[in-house]
Amino acid sequence: MRNPEQQAAGEPESERAEVSGAQEERAALMDDLYAKHKRNARRTSALAFATQVSLLVAFIVLWEAAGRNKWIDPLLFSFPSKLLDQLWTTMMDGSLWPHVGATVMETIVGFLLGTLTGTVLAAILWWFPFLSRVFDPYLVVLNSMPKVALGPIFIVGLGPGFASIVAITLMVTVIITTINIYNRFREIDSGYVKVVRLFGASRLQLFRLVILPGSFPVIIATLKVNVGLAWVGVIVGEFLVAKIGLGYQIIYGFQVFNFTLVLSSLVVIGVVATVMYQLVAWLEKRLTEGWRER
Amino acid sequence: MNDSTALALRRLSHVYVGDKGASLAVEGIDLAVAKGEFVSLVGPSGCGKTTLLSLLAGLFPPTTGEVWLGGERVFGPSPKVGYMLQQDYLFPWRTIRDNAAVGLEIQGTKSKETMKKVDGWLEELGLGGSGYRYPHELSGGMRQRVALARTLVTEPEVLLLDEPFSALDLHIKMQLEELVVETLGKLGKTAVLVTHDLSEAAAMSDRVIVLGRNPGHIRKEIAIPEPIRSTDPIEARKLPGFQTLFEELWAELDAVDEGKGGESHA
Repeated sequence: MRNPEQQAAGEPESERAEVSGAQEERAALMDDLYAKHKRNARRTSALAFATQVSLLVAFIVLWEAAGRNKWIDPLLFSFPSKLLDQLWTTMMDGSLWPHVGATVMETIVGFLLGTLTGTVLAAILWWFPFLSRVFDPYLVVLNSMPKVALGPIFIVGLGPGFASIVAITLMVTVIITTINIYNRFREIDSGYVKVVRLFGASRLQLFRLVILPGSFPVIIATLKVNVGLAWVGVIVGEFLVAKIGLGYQIIYGFQVFNFTLVLSSLVVIGVVATVMYQLVAWLEKRLTEGWRER
Repeated sequence: MNDSTALALRRLSHVYVGDKGASLAVEGIDLAVAKGEFVSLVGPSGCGKTTLLSLLAGLFPPTTGEVWLGGERVFGPSPKVGYMLQQDYLFPWRTIRDNAAVGLEIQGTKSKETMKKVDGWLEELGLGGSGYRYPHELSGGMRQRVALARTLVTEPEVLLLDEPFSALDLHIKMQLEELVVETLGKLGKTAVLVTHDLSEAAAMSDRVIVLGRNPGHIRKEIAIPEPIRSTDPIEARKLPGFQTLFEELWAELDAVDEGKGGESHA
């Protein structure tokens, strides 16, 4: 097979000069087009970012003005400078941190445990097809049930504290995790299964070499979904237990009619949840580097 | 069965049973493949070609009849049999080297020494330097060559080829046909190829078996005459007798369609 360079090498000097002249022109044109494209792309993202920032600023300014001028009820909706003041005071005197710490801890433990347990359950269902046949309708029913409604039972059973909040979070995340991952296990292309079966692979080898690594992207994606679900479990759990945590602050603020406390806790939850989500997204990128799906 | 037989099917029938009922896939198949022989199975879709190959590989037992490999009956997948699928099915999360070594890993023979053999095969099949790349970085033809390396490193005595070239461009396909025939010939391996492509069957094989359908049965065996038989696939296609041979096969397949195989088929 001859490639274009070799062909060019076989041609007379004059023709080559001509061709290379045209090539330079073409290269210049292409560089120019690419530069324009990059400029446009940069402009679009700069514009999007500027709009995002202005929207946020406008919202905060409007909220502040509305609160101070009593366009809205400041008792109910508070306003940003009051929130900031509240956050600043509690950060400085240190009273905020135990709440943040407790909530973050419960969330992390809850969602890791939920994802892990869900994966193990999915593996068991895959290993014993008869079990999956039997439990299929139960999983569907459990999945459509509001799991947080089981909260009171856990609190009585495990005591009002860390354990029952983690248990509620586990319940919220585990069923959907099991269903998602088990479905992925079953969807692995039968061609891959055939490849290892033809080499005489045992069921354990099939799982270890094909099913589990093939489901990796779905497991990580489930981790992302579970970050969000775990927050629901933890906050509701703290509502019910009402001892410590950001959820407790919200329920306490509600009871003493301190909505500045309620809203400032929400702001903290927003910040911490975003950080956790970004961490998982980063983890996903690290773990699935190198290979991608066809 | 004598010593020179590598593979044999004896009065073999297979019924697929599913939720919609039972269907007879193949019936009364008797076939023997000699050591070092290259046999092709051709026939219309639904004639049970892939079923026969799966039965030979021991993926599932036949409903009645026997499968023999060398002097032993087949009851499950054996390390003596290698299988190439229509698609490469390389694992996207493994490097080329680790993909080619997956058979060794499963059979528990992966070691520094056998990994050298893996590298040797990759080199031999024109994939030297690609060992640490990932499948998505390779072209379709290269990937199918990795699949061939994966099949060969476990040193099977018999190769079952399930339309391994059908998804490739004509040019790449002919190159690979050549590579496979040359490699298998050098090692003296026995091969059974399933294909839709009559010229591929004629160019690569020592013997072509035409299957009929409803249910799958052996309709005709055509021994490939010299010199086509001993000429490599690309050159064989240019030989004077090749066109006649191709037409003979074509006529057989046409007869399958017009004959009793003509009734409606799911």
